[in-house]
Amino acid sequence: MSELLLEIRDLHVHFSSAHGMVYALNGVNLRVHKHETMGLVGETGCGKSMTALAVLGLIPPPGRLIRGRILFEGEDLTRKSDAELRAIRGNRMSIIFQSPGSSLNPVYQAQAQPLDVLKYHRRLKKEEAREQLLNLLGRLGMPDPERIVRAYPHELSGGMQQRVMIAMAMLCNPALLIADEATSALDVTIQAQILKLLKSLRSEFGTSLLLITHDLGIVAQVCDRVAVMYTGSVVEIADVVSVFERPQHPYTQGLLHSIPVITRPQRRLEEVHGSVPSMIDPPTGCRFHPRCPRAAGLCCQQEPELRETLPGHRVACHYPG
Amino acid sequence: MMGLCIMVAFVGIAFVCPWLAPYPEDRIEVHTDQRLLPPSRAHWFGTDDLGRDIFSRILLGTRISLHSAILVLLITISLGVFLGVVAGSFGGYVDEAIMRLTDIFLAFPRLILAMVIATILGPNVTNSIVAMSLSWWPVYARLVRGQALSLREQDFVLAARSLGASRGHLIVSHILPNCLSPVIIQASLDVGRVIMTSAALGFIGVGAQPPIPEWGIMISLGRNYFLDQPWIAAFPGLAIIVTVFGFNLFGDGLRDVLDPRWRSEAE
Repeated sequence: MSELLLEIRDLHVHFSSAHGMVYALNGVNLRVHKHETMGLVGETGCGKSMTALAVLGLIPPPGRLIRGRILFEGEDLTRKSDAELRAIRGNRMSIIFQSPGSSLNPVYQAQAQPLDVLKYHRRLKKEEAREQLLNLLGRLGMPDPERIVRAYPHELSGGMQQRVMIAMAMLCNPALLIADEATSALDVTIQAQILKLLKSLRSEFGTSLLLITHDLGIVAQVCDRVAVMYTGSVVEIADVVSVFERPQHPYTQGLLHSIPVITRPQRRLEEVHGSVPSMIDPPTGCRFHPRCPRAAGLCCQQEPELRETLPGHRVACHYPG
Repeated sequence: MMGLCIMVAFVGIAFVCPWLAPYPEDRIEVHTDQRLLPPSRAHWFGTDDLGRDIFSRILLGTRISLHSAILVLLITISLGVFLGVVAGSFGGYVDEAIMRLTDIFLAFPRLILAMVIATILGPNVTNSIVAMSLSWWPVYARLVRGQALSLREQDFVLAARSLGASRGHLIVSHILPNCLSPVIIQASLDVGRVIMTSAALGFIGVGAQPPIPEWGIMISLGRNYFLDQPWIAAFPGLAIIVTVFGFNLFGDGLRDVLDPRWRSEAE
């Protein structure tokens, strides 16, 4: 495996709320290597997006980073000042969000925000910045970039808006691009185009991609490795083929069983029983044990650690397999 | 459209009134031989108890009304928008402090607060402008703070932050411009209200003082002759009604024009 780019170690983020402490992230462990596409999957509320925001140092208040380290290009981001983080965001590390429509400021032309990015990270003059932006949009396969950059966001389609967002994120040629549900709000056909575009970024720019999604189909298509999250921690992490062929964690198995398979005769889909536990009062021990078909005495008492059960395949379960 | 016409006419008259008015010297000059004349060809709106041409004085009065409306709005908007953006963007104690202050100001009826301040400062045009500004800014502070609060949570603010924008940049180029269209609409509606309030202050004697041809004062003076010579109070009153109505129409029209989504649909 190539060089390590991002390493998240034992990350804990908690929110204080009127109803009590919300344990949003409980020991996330994750590694992203250079030139790698890492998938991060899980249900709504399992902490995928929070992990991304924590990496960028943008945990929204009243959330607080309780414990853990985030090593990016060998430096611990949790110890950086706000100004130092600003110099990294959008420069070495970028993010694109789910809703491209609302990620562009409606009062400006589409070029305004990308040009700002170049202004504060590269100190470029407006004409140089514009040239660079048009150049990049061309490389990203955008037809008629001249017209697009002058359009207002509401005049662009969702796919175009997301392409502008991607261009904006890629302007400074970051080492890591986080795509937080970047294709979830788009039509399937546009989704396919954007995914293709994201895939091409790696070969063209050498960017590592952290792809956050709840769509296992996307993971299978695009990712090299995948991490499965449940209730604020990573429960299984391995290369894509291994996870799909030999899932070790009962939660991952449940997720995979709940996908309809078009070639198989129609039958009732299996589901993961129960529902996601409250993160104010999470279950003791393994947080999956109330829903787990394999749960035994040990599971309610002790939280399992991530350990390697197959070569390169790590899982947090007392009874994997 | 009608609102726009009235507004343009009002501003136009304010600029050229000394040349437009048939008797510009009637601003202060008294003609005892022409007292209380009814409307005629020589004096379209009649004359008042000191023989001054009411039509000329109404025209001259537009300038005073416009002058105070512009100054009051400039002061209230700069103060209100600044405090509102600061409160909405920073939150926490800053927000608490500013908003409780606006609550205190908003707890008093605006006209009464303006009257009190104007009375304390002493009755003249400048002080009535100061008084109105002091009682008016909380409206804008509230409006902008509400906008800023919701804008702060917008995805494009998070997107800009996640790509390295600093706090100052976020406030100035993402939050502020998006706050402005409600401010402009509010301001265009408020022009009428400010004109009315300054007339009210003049009427009760704590604003502009005679012999300044201010509409409120003219009504106040005409009150004594209302039964026999109604034109003295009626025409300045009519001027206020038309102007305020015009600015309200204009404000409504502006609201429709300023929303870019609406505009592109109309095209």
